[in-house]
Amino acid sequence: MAELSQKERMKIKRHDMPNQDQFVRRGNYDEVALGYSLETAREEAERCIQCKEPKCVQGCPVGVLIPQFIKALREGDMIKAVEWMKVKNNLPAICGRVCPQETQCEGNCILRKKGEPVAIGRLERFVGDYELAHRTCPLEKAPLTGKKVAVVGSGPAGITCAVDLGREGHKVTLFESLHGPGGVLVYGIPEFRLPKSVVFGEINYAVECLGIEIKVDHVIGRTFTLDELLNEYDAVFLGTGAGLPSFMRIPGINLNGVMSANEFLTRVNLMKGYLFPEYDTPVKVGKKVAVIGAGNVAMDSVRCSLRLQALQAQKSGENSGEVHMVYRRSRAEVPAREEEFHHAEEEGVIFDFLTNPLEILGDEKGNVRGMRCIRMQLGEPDKSGRRSPIPIEGSEFEMEVDTVIMALGTSPNPLVFVDAEGLERTKYGTAVADNETGRTKKPRVWAGGDVVTGAATVISAMGAGKRAATDISRFLKGEAPW
Amino acid sequence: MYRILKKEVLSDVTKLMEVQAPHVARKARAGQFIIVRIDEQGERIPLTIADYNREAGAITIIFQEVGKSTMQLGKMEPGDELSSFAGPLGHPTDIENYGTIVCVGGGVGIAPIYPIARSLKEAGNTVISIIGARNKSLLFWEEKMRAVSDELIVCTDDGSHGRKSLVTEPLKELLEDKDRKVARVWAIGPAIMMKFVSLATKPYDVPTTVSLNTIMIDGTGMCGGCRVLLDSGAQFVCVDGPEFDAHKVDWGSLLSRLQFYRDEERKAVEQWEHKCKLEGAIAEGGK
Repeated sequence: MAELSQKERMKIKRHDMPNQDQFVRRGNYDEVALGYSLETAREEAERCIQCKEPKCVQGCPVGVLIPQFIKALREGDMIKAVEWMKVKNNLPAICGRVCPQETQCEGNCILRKKGEPVAIGRLERFVGDYELAHRTCPLEKAPLTGKKVAVVGSGPAGITCAVDLGREGHKVTLFESLHGPGGVLVYGIPEFRLPKSVVFGEINYAVECLGIEIKVDHVIGRTFTLDELLNEYDAVFLGTGAGLPSFMRIPGINLNGVMSANEFLTRVNLMKGYLFPEYDTPVKVGKKVAVIGAGNVAMDSVRCSLRLQALQAQKSGENSGEVHMVYRRSRAEVPAREEEFHHAEEEGVIFDFLTNPLEILGDEKGNVRGMRCIRMQLGEPDKSGRRSPIPIEGSEFEMEVDTVIMALGTSPNPLVFVDAEGLERTKYGTAVADNETGRTKKPRVWAGGDVVTGAATVISAMGAGKRAATDISRFLKGEAPW
Repeated sequence: MYRILKKEVLSDVTKLMEVQAPHVARKARAGQFIIVRIDEQGERIPLTIADYNREAGAITIIFQEVGKSTMQLGKMEPGDELSSFAGPLGHPTDIENYGTIVCVGGGVGIAPIYPIARSLKEAGNTVISIIGARNKSLLFWEEKMRAVSDELIVCTDDGSHGRKSLVTEPLKELLEDKDRKVARVWAIGPAIMMKFVSLATKPYDVPTTVSLNTIMIDGTGMCGGCRVLLDSGAQFVCVDGPEFDAHKVDWGSLLSRLQFYRDEERKAVEQWEHKCKLEGAIAEGGK
């Protein structure tokens, strides 16, 4: 293609992501977004005007070299595109799928002011998928340093930290409490949004290239305490995430049919409950599901519920039912990724905004039969900057539901703090750690990701893992003493 | 992978296995549990630790074949390997010298009560143990229990061995007996038995500890499926327990929650039995 002028570039329309048909996909767990073709990717890449001071990079928590990889991509040099990508991001196939681009890179894209931003996330995914399939850019390892690091938790923070430390030549052992690595990427994010093959592809590759050892079934705080790890390793990184679910403090939460989004998603994703009885772990939803909350986890829960209902209906021959998302604020405050909201809407989720449950109602057998709710209105902005919901007096009503899934956020799992003297915690249960270096208040212990910030995004956890790896490496080389 | 080192058939439906899991054995204590997963399709099954051998790096589990997974586990043999074995999980039992204590083990609950009775005995308590089952064939470890108890009472529902009664009957007699001065009671068994032990000890105000076995997935505080209602609110069996003050447990809610997947459990068993029958027929045909 001949070199285009800026004006010509800006005339090209943003390319849609090809998606699985909205009616077909309700009945399967296959990936919804199908990915760009090389042709589409290159055309989309032509839209980038190669800003001298790229704002997109500033919006990225790990500072991906966006203009560089996009330029290589539009020139058709995939190997170079992958190389530019991997300077800052080892897991582009994952980030391209799950990052909230609209508030990060794409939110900052200069084109957004006049129209639509460059589809940076989709291009990132394209480059990541190319690398997954072709492996043109092996992870190279520096000579062994003889230093040993324990990385606790194999989610986005832990994997990123482990990979960067492995590249520096340190011997890394990755501890995972569940039976397989991946953390929230595997137990939380569904197959139709992030296929497990992508996650395992990235992890296995890193393990192979860098000789990282993974120890599953190891619950730090129980199997080993932090202090025991410190006896064996030169440094410890905690990337244990925020796995502890919150339940509303309302009557009825122990009824049958009420579960945390964590339980529901773990049954579906990690344990493959949707394939029961081929897989042993059952999971079920009723005909009227209410998911409380409107974050990404809530979106995953409504969309998994729709699919389960469709699969159950295929077997029983009955109609599938309905899925509600119950949120106390309005559409404008929905914290989920825009694409997920859009997909959920297409798939037929019913949104009950400005609605808050007061009580879950049960029948004589202890099963959920409904929820008593109250309507809300928006008042003044609260600490988070969002307008705070206020109950409308006298607006109580009953909603008929048989399944309630609570997606109200999570906090760090306290187990890792067991017998870990000196590891300071905030009143929210998060570890106290320096934002730049990840250093905690306990010598030789670093932390990053949700265990420090509370539930946040995959990419911010990866950024924290990366920063900590840099500091750990400097510490181990004697460049930055504790 | 975790190798099965030893298998003992304790009754038609109760099996003992010793599993090679040094990472669990090095710290395991009475009252804790493990999570086992048989294979890649397997569910995560919580089982209380029945015994441990730190030198050999082995954990003893005892299970009753009540569902598809435990039936499948029961068919495995020494040398076979399990996909996952995580632990030790939960809080260990608070072992102190309380004076005279009663340990009640019902059915497969005899297995987890054993290391508790042994530890309490070692701590200087006078240990009175009551073990019971529906019938003689379901009883096991009578001699082992006797060896760690000052006194052992054996009951069966049908009178086929020991005293014909529920475990709560001799328990009430012990509580009535002023000379005994029972300081504490531990009870492990079916939820309904633990409920009735709790009701039995409550009028006497004797602190009673039960070990709950609820629906659970990860065992590390992540899913909340194991939550149990106490008078102070909901707690998680996996990280707050598995032992709880019996008098504070909402037994109605607990029993109801255990039923939630009953239909699915039944379906899984039917499918498993059908598969075993087919495989049996094929093996027969091949002879």
